[in-house]
Amino acid sequence: MSEIYTAGPATGNEILIDGYELVVGLEVHVELATVTKLFSASPNRFGDDANTNIDPVTLGLPGALPVLNRQAVELAMRIGTALNCTIKPCTFHRKNYFYPDMPKAYQISQYDQPLNVDGYLELPGGKRIGVERAHLEEDTGKSTHFGGSGGRIHGSSYSLIDFNRAGVPLVEIVSRPDVRTSEEARQYVSELRGILLAVGASDAKMEEGSMRCDANVSVHKPGAPYGTRCEIKNVNSIRSLGRAIEYEARRQIELIEGGETVRQETRHWDETDGRTHTLRVKEDADDYRYFLEPDLVPLAPSAEWVQAVRDAMPMLPGARRARLSAATGSPADGEAIMVVVERGQDDYVLAVAAAGGDVGRALVHVKEGFAEEGATPTVPAADLAGLTTLEINGAITATQAKTVLAEIVANGGGDAAAIAKAKGFEAMDTGSLEAMVDQVIADNGPAWTKYCGGEDKALGALVGAAMKASQGKADGKLVTALLQSKRS
Amino acid sequence: MSAASSPQMSATEIAAGVRSGRLKAVDVLEQHLARITANESDVHAFNLVLADEARSAAAAVDAAVAAGTDPGPLAGVPLALKDNMCTHGIATTCSSKILEGWKPPYDATVVTRLAAAGAVTVGKTNLDEFAMGSSTENSAFGPTRNPHDLGRVPGGSSGGSAAAVAAGFASVSLGSDTGGSIRQPAALCGVVGVKPTYGYVSRYGLVAFASSLDQIGPFTNTVEDAALLLDVIGGHDPMDSTSIPDPQPSLRDAITQGVEGLRVGRITDLPGGADADVDERLEAAFDALREAGATIVDVQVPAFGYGLTAYYLIAPSEASSNLARYDGVRYGLRVDSSDTNSMYSATRAAGFGEEVQRRIMLGTYALSAGYYDAYYGKALKVRRLIADDFDRAYQSADVLLTPTAPTVAFEFGSKTDNPLAMYLCDTYTIPTNLAGHPGMSVPFGTGQAGMPVGVQVLAGTLGEPTMFRAAAALERAMQQ
Amino acid sequence: MGVSERITAVDVVKVAKLARLDLSPDAIDRTTAQLAGMLEHFADIDALDLDAVQPMTQPYPLQNVFREDVIVAGLDRDEVLAAAPSAEDGRFRVPPIVGIDA
Ligand SMILES: [Mg+2]
Ligand SMILES: [Zn+2]
Repeated sequence: MSEIYTAGPATGNEILIDGYELVVGLEVHVELATVTKLFSASPNRFGDDANTNIDPVTLGLPGALPVLNRQAVELAMRIGTALNCTIKPCTFHRKNYFYPDMPKAYQISQYDQPLNVDGYLELPGGKRIGVERAHLEEDTGKSTHFGGSGGRIHGSSYSLIDFNRAGVPLVEIVSRPDVRTSEEARQYVSELRGILLAVGASDAKMEEGSMRCDANVSVHKPGAPYGTRCEIKNVNSIRSLGRAIEYEARRQIELIEGGETVRQETRHWDETDGRTHTLRVKEDADDYRYFLEPDLVPLAPSAEWVQAVRDAMPMLPGARRARLSAATGSPADGEAIMVVVERGQDDYVLAVAAAGGDVGRALVHVKEGFAEEGATPTVPAADLAGLTTLEINGAITATQAKTVLAEIVANGGGDAAAIAKAKGFEAMDTGSLEAMVDQVIADNGPAWTKYCGGEDKALGALVGAAMKASQGKADGKLVTALLQSKRS
Repeated sequence: MSAASSPQMSATEIAAGVRSGRLKAVDVLEQHLARITANESDVHAFNLVLADEARSAAAAVDAAVAAGTDPGPLAGVPLALKDNMCTHGIATTCSSKILEGWKPPYDATVVTRLAAAGAVTVGKTNLDEFAMGSSTENSAFGPTRNPHDLGRVPGGSSGGSAAAVAAGFASVSLGSDTGGSIRQPAALCGVVGVKPTYGYVSRYGLVAFASSLDQIGPFTNTVEDAALLLDVIGGHDPMDSTSIPDPQPSLRDAITQGVEGLRVGRITDLPGGADADVDERLEAAFDALREAGATIVDVQVPAFGYGLTAYYLIAPSEASSNLARYDGVRYGLRVDSSDTNSMYSATRAAGFGEEVQRRIMLGTYALSAGYYDAYYGKALKVRRLIADDFDRAYQSADVLLTPTAPTVAFEFGSKTDNPLAMYLCDTYTIPTNLAGHPGMSVPFGTGQAGMPVGVQVLAGTLGEPTMFRAAAALERAMQQ
Repeated sequence: MGVSERITAVDVVKVAKLARLDLSPDAIDRTTAQLAGMLEHFADIDALDLDAVQPMTQPYPLQNVFREDVIVAGLDRDEVLAAAPSAEDGRFRVPPIVGIDA
């Protein structure tokens, strides 16, 4: 389809597409950063040779029995705590279905008694998206299809199965249908990703599949009951999540407008043609025959354990943004703070302030100049502090500061004052600055006359000439102020 | 015609003799192999005889003794394993075409413990396919015959293990008991058979039938041998999440105590249906214990009779899920087909026998949408009723006595065309599995046609020591 | 609904599909009759009042059984693939995956 609806800012329910309201719920699967699998002692490792991380449990051999990995529970509890969930006594069920990459022909998952329930995730703008549950379950193996077009399952002539991923611990995080725009969906997933990284629960790499996102999408007229939803799978990046939701919303609206009805089905996002395609229609045929896993016993984390996880919680991205916003006065969901906190450089910015630097200038420099520097820049905080001080005192201009910073970053540090001096960057004293401005007025008679005649845009030419004459050593603000004072 | 053999020596005596050097493990083994050579073709207790492996294992035991190291409490004891316990590199078939020729890449926990104790494995024994049956007629490799009368069944599902001990092919054997599969064949073959408390013996490496009911246990000639074996295979296993962590008291110590003052319960509302000869032996058992100093008390277990229904909804439900892994992808039989889905259905239809398919169907139905509450869910509640009734009974009795099976060993084919008639063989054994309690069958004389009759001794959770005291007293009474 | 509800051939066909069992038409009929007979017998529990009864799912009450997050040597790939019906390139080979819900 040609033109595609693009969401506006995430301002909530009032956003309408052709008079329809969009309702999205997100199901995110994350692989936990454990050493071994959820129920067996084989390595949980991405990228190894096929079928090298296998054991009787992983392969579902006759007689094999699952034993729960304590660390997987610990990480799942961290996720639940970070998402403001209640951690509850829980059980494991068998979800029975046949598929070649599902060794036992059932997946051990959590059904009516999940570990984490009733939480929420707060978007940078402050809107809360409900989290219905975050439960533990095992991952499947990987099938690769051959003989078909481009590794597609349909039309393939055979498939090969690798069970290295089978049994890897997953937490499935199910949101409430509180998402109203594709932008909110993007924000939800990237905020969730930041939280997972912060608590060390997962490496959350969508491209490697350690974070996988399904979206339940429906549309309805305001006031009308929710529409039939379709589940969109195979969304492999935050960007395609937005595109897939926008496409699907548009598709459903056109169906309804065309007098047709939306079928409840699972749809597959195709990155190449930018569309969703029917994967399978939900039938009453799929009957998973859930029942309590008799090979496992109930899990009831002790109050002490729950508290220990709570006490060990690191500061989460939202709190870090709030902290930096308070220190700098710039908005918590503004670009500078979003970027710097995502890079994990907020501690550094505050260290610069602690070293006597200007926190506002530090934020700007780190955002602009430290993109490659990682969470802990090599430049000593004191050095950047020195630079911001020179700026604040007007000892060097913003333009000069950029040049000095570039050199400091290149050398992994350095005394800003010394570098400025070496570059002959000492700012002009007021006397010589005034003399120079008078000279500029003399040399640019016509422009000066226009400016005095009230043509304010002539001011720009005069300031420019002054900066030129001073070879950039003059402070633009001071020059402007002088010229203005000399007019009347 | 009979192939039964009353042993010259118990396993306890064999182990003691071999450890002291008075006996050679290789000689003991050869006596058993000789009986296998003579009668196995009639009895068909085994799916696989491991003569060579057994000979080198026995030689190793003798070598250890000669070197002054103790081979362990089962030194040189010839042992048979039900063919649903995984043995590394040795075929494990569950008597099913779907696993024919499959060699597990790992050992069951019990197999590891028995080897470490010096036992010598002589073979893998026949069973009803995936332990589903009460006559061993449901084996893909042909039935096992009762050594006491080759025209009759040995019981099941562990018929091969029971027959192997009754025929003197092995001194002891292991079976698995989900609804009576150790106790009922033990009774029909005239040997001792024990189903321990759920969680007493590790299930790791036991091919699952119904996970919440399965337990491994011994077949032996004497109660003391059963205690000896359980002391070796019992105890916590971190590989089985349902394995009981608490240390277990030695059962061999328990049996030395008498039954003075022991309260033996008679279930007054026990479902009828047992043959007269069986009831007669049960009465004799009560008398024997009374004479040995026990007091007989009346108890009620009102839900006992609902056990069969609860069991035949719960066990097939769990089995339908446990047996879903036999899909022709990773191991075992595959019937090739144009796509994976039709390969599944063709493979499973060809690989599973009729009874197994019937139970998979029943269990799948009982779990399926719209029926769960009426069948599986309701059965779980009945299971609770039964457990609660037993707990109440055990407040006034230390052990309970019932028949093990309603009849002596029956003739081949007499129940095969009526599944329900076959299921009724387990009426008296099933409730114990549902409650998770221990139970054992002790040979207590003979009934019609001179066939063995077993008496079942039941006890509450972890009541093994008391159960063994009563069993030992019955055994002594028979020897007088 | 009671256990005594009769099972029909239609149910049996649906169940056979769920269980991945390729049953012949007369196998369907035989199974329907046998299951119906059993369910008839199993109707005895419909007489019980079970409303207040908690389902029993565990024969022995245990909870919080864990293993530590430590690698233990697993299985040898060649030994495992040698036992597979079909293997290729270090992986298990299966016919085309079509008509399967996942
Ligand atoms: Mg889901
Ligand atoms: Zn999931």
